[in-house]
Amino acid sequence: MLSNTGNFLLILSILFTSFIIYQSFACLKKTNDIIFKSIYKISLLQSTTILICFFTLVGAFMVSDFSLINVYQNSHTLKPIFYKISGTWGNHEGSLLLWVIILTIFSFLFLITNKNHPKNYRINTLIIQNILILGFLFFILFNSNPFSSISPIPKEGLGLNPILQDPALAIHPPLLYVGFVGSSIYFSAAMASVITNYSGKFFAQSIKSWVIISWSFQTLGILVGSIWAYYELGWGGFWFWDPVENASLLPWFAMTALLHSLLVLEKRNILYFWSIILCLLTFTLSVTGTFLVRSGILNSVHTFANDPSRGIYILSFLSLMIFASVYILFTKYKPTNDQINSNSKETFILINNWFMMFYLITVLLGTLYPIFTDAISNNKISVGPPFYNSVIIPVVIIFLFFMAIGPKVRWMKNEFLNFKDLLKIIVGAITVNFIITYFFKSYSLISNLIIISSVFLIISTISDAFKKPKINFARIISHFSFGFLIFFIGLNHNFSIEKDFNLKLGETKKIDNYNFELKDLKLQQYDNYKAVIGKIQISDLSTNKKRTLNPEIRIYDNPQTLTYEASIKTNFFRDYYLTMSNIDRSDYYNIKFQEKPLMIWIWISVVMLSFGGFLSFIRNAKNN
Amino acid sequence: MKIKIFLTIFFISFNLNLGSNEPIVESKIHKNLRCLVCQGQSIADSNSDFAITLKMVVKDLIKDGKSEDEIYDFLSEKYGDWILYNPKLNAGNLLLWSLPYLVLVFGGVIIVFLIRKQSKKT
Amino acid sequence: MQKIIKITIIFLLIFILGIFFLSLNKSSNYNTEFLVGNKLGEIELVSFEDDSVYTNDDFKNNSFTLINFWASWCAPCRIEHPQLMELSKENNIKILGVNFKDKKINALKFLKDLGDPYEYLTRDSNGKQSVNFGIYGIPESILIDNKLTIIKKFVGPLTKHDLNNIIEIINNL
Repeated sequence: MLSNTGNFLLILSILFTSFIIYQSFACLKKTNDIIFKSIYKISLLQSTTILICFFTLVGAFMVSDFSLINVYQNSHTLKPIFYKISGTWGNHEGSLLLWVIILTIFSFLFLITNKNHPKNYRINTLIIQNILILGFLFFILFNSNPFSSISPIPKEGLGLNPILQDPALAIHPPLLYVGFVGSSIYFSAAMASVITNYSGKFFAQSIKSWVIISWSFQTLGILVGSIWAYYELGWGGFWFWDPVENASLLPWFAMTALLHSLLVLEKRNILYFWSIILCLLTFTLSVTGTFLVRSGILNSVHTFANDPSRGIYILSFLSLMIFASVYILFTKYKPTNDQINSNSKETFILINNWFMMFYLITVLLGTLYPIFTDAISNNKISVGPPFYNSVIIPVVIIFLFFMAIGPKVRWMKNEFLNFKDLLKIIVGAITVNFIITYFFKSYSLISNLIIISSVFLIISTISDAFKKPKINFARIISHFSFGFLIFFIGLNHNFSIEKDFNLKLGETKKIDNYNFELKDLKLQQYDNYKAVIGKIQISDLSTNKKRTLNPEIRIYDNPQTLTYEASIKTNFFRDYYLTMSNIDRSDYYNIKFQEKPLMIWIWISVVMLSFGGFLSFIRNAKNN
Repeated sequence: MKIKIFLTIFFISFNLNLGSNEPIVESKIHKNLRCLVCQGQSIADSNSDFAITLKMVVKDLIKDGKSEDEIYDFLSEKYGDWILYNPKLNAGNLLLWSLPYLVLVFGGVIIVFLIRKQSKKT
Repeated sequence: MQKIIKITIIFLLIFILGIFFLSLNKSSNYNTEFLVGNKLGEIELVSFEDDSVYTNDDFKNNSFTLINFWASWCAPCRIEHPQLMELSKENNIKILGVNFKDKKINALKFLKDLGDPYEYLTRDSNGKQSVNFGIYGIPESILIDNKLTIIKKFVGPLTKHDLNNIIEIINNL
């Protein structure tokens, strides 16, 4: 029953989408500046249909309707209701439906909120956006249909991968999708802008809010993903430069660059061409990322079950999208004259873009390079954290200095900076670094520089907040949280303590300043898993403080999986992180213990960073 | 005067770190080796038979006085370059290691060019 | 000038997308097949029974040797065992078993229950030797000739198909 309803709604959405495109072309032919009422109405209907379609699937998951293959493969009756619901978008087919929801809702919202822009521009945006929607709807209907039925109807589902049964991972995809699928709307708008020759600051105004909002969500989405990786994957890090993580970071770099270049376009009416490129790049990278993740051509921690036919479809779609946009750009674009003054704000924004492109290309290259060597020379290589760290970190240092100075200069004017002030700030930054070095003892040259440059950015941004009569709080907050982020990552990275050893029940081990004792092992039965819970007491010999951590080894039944749950004790100064795993054919347990200073501040910094984005969104909405 | 203070603090803060020329760190090597039987993990993060064996072998090699690079060479000869998270700098990987910096230089040149063009006009 | 840039960009895009299309048909699973054609390094395997050591010289007189890593605790090893028993009947090949991270009693029981196909039986109690052979999970087998060149590698249990493949190779030369 639900299968038919779902398929019917999908076909209905395809009809609505086609009708919107048809009506839009008809509307373009009219010379007046009015958009047909019917277009508004159908757009609303289209969004509603897709939403109902999505909720039909959610419903199927809630009642465990195993007549749908998708529900059968990804759910189980014994799963808690929360994870039944989140299971809807925890798989490939369901998550594509979420894609389409965001595509349509953004399409509709863009249509109704940009009334002061010319008709042709708006209608062209609508047409392009709906072509994208159509592409994805066909993909869903013919290749990845979540409503495919199965017969005979299985009695029980196969269950959701236990490491995906997690609150962070339940909200991670929706956040991330608002980010990178949301970027589709400025992809469409950029194409429309080139086609209709609607350039310059008005174009910037029409997409600015969309860029800011997608950037803020993307930032949050990435954050939630890393938090999940931190406590679930059990190695104590939060970023592994894994291809799937990189896929979410690439559009973020492009968005960040765009966010800044739009400021220049809006204020000075220059960098139009570059902004268009960035608009196109952001969404193209989003689709590329989706392709890489879903086609399974990359080896990753987060691999979805994959299927080559998906890859071919997404790749064909991607190729069409790229070549269509390159064609339009080459044939329709009319050059504008850009004037840039050295030492003006626009120069610094260009510098921001320059660095963003460096990060973007480095990460893109690192992600794709193994695919290329394998295809060309049959040689499989890995590009992992050491590569990214050694290429990116030194450049971040220079970037932070520019980031601190940039906002201090004014638009257009060649104005000399107040070097005395800068000197004061750098002395302050070095003093802070000195104190930290003293406090933590040994560390390397590069971490010195990271700390100095990030503290420089922090102090300088805060001092901006007190100086200027009219300040942009959104910018201040985002910039100094970024400084904090790098600062805390630097500290955390350099001063983490790691211990790796084996213990058996009742044994005590002394390592450096700590005593570890495995006091107890308990077997406990839960709804959908069994758990071996360890009780490990850590005594700090210097302060005589005792802490007990309870790592778990979980045995899930549906599907049969073993997971290791880290036990984490968090406070404002440090995290204690401990995982316990069984060693095959031995009664010893492997213990990995980490003490990670100031961990929680990394999360807080990113939350503030995206908060800056939301603030800027509100500010922008008020101004228009 | 200020510059003097600046320089003093600057040098003191760097001097503290000199002499931290540590011996080869096992855990650093572990983090650079891919656990071939796991999904996207280094052997430092894994507890599989393969990871345990490899950790023992690394320990032995260090004991034999092998340098970090020699250990990587040995293992990549046995298991291929796939096992190293830090790709070697060789002909095949030249583009990987150089392109980011080329982009960096190229971008800088473009910016300077744009600014020059403008200042000539005015 | 503008035209050159445009053409370069289009070619670059075609190149990247072309590679993507090519890669779709490739398996992303890793194996150590690149070792085929290489010579084995110095072998130093300790006998299962006593502390005597087998070295390269011991295998130079066999036209073919199959090096098989196995353990009694490894379930797939049980699955491949009939194939090894079958292969041991062939004249042209000798099988060298390496008992991997195992307990002696269990290993002996395994061979008593399922038969002993091994001409030479050695042990790798802590697993360190396996690294010299590029082994990353057992069962794994390496087929070498009398010059100790690797002819073929088998990761995972030997199938009937693999068995026929080996018999074909050893009887063709």
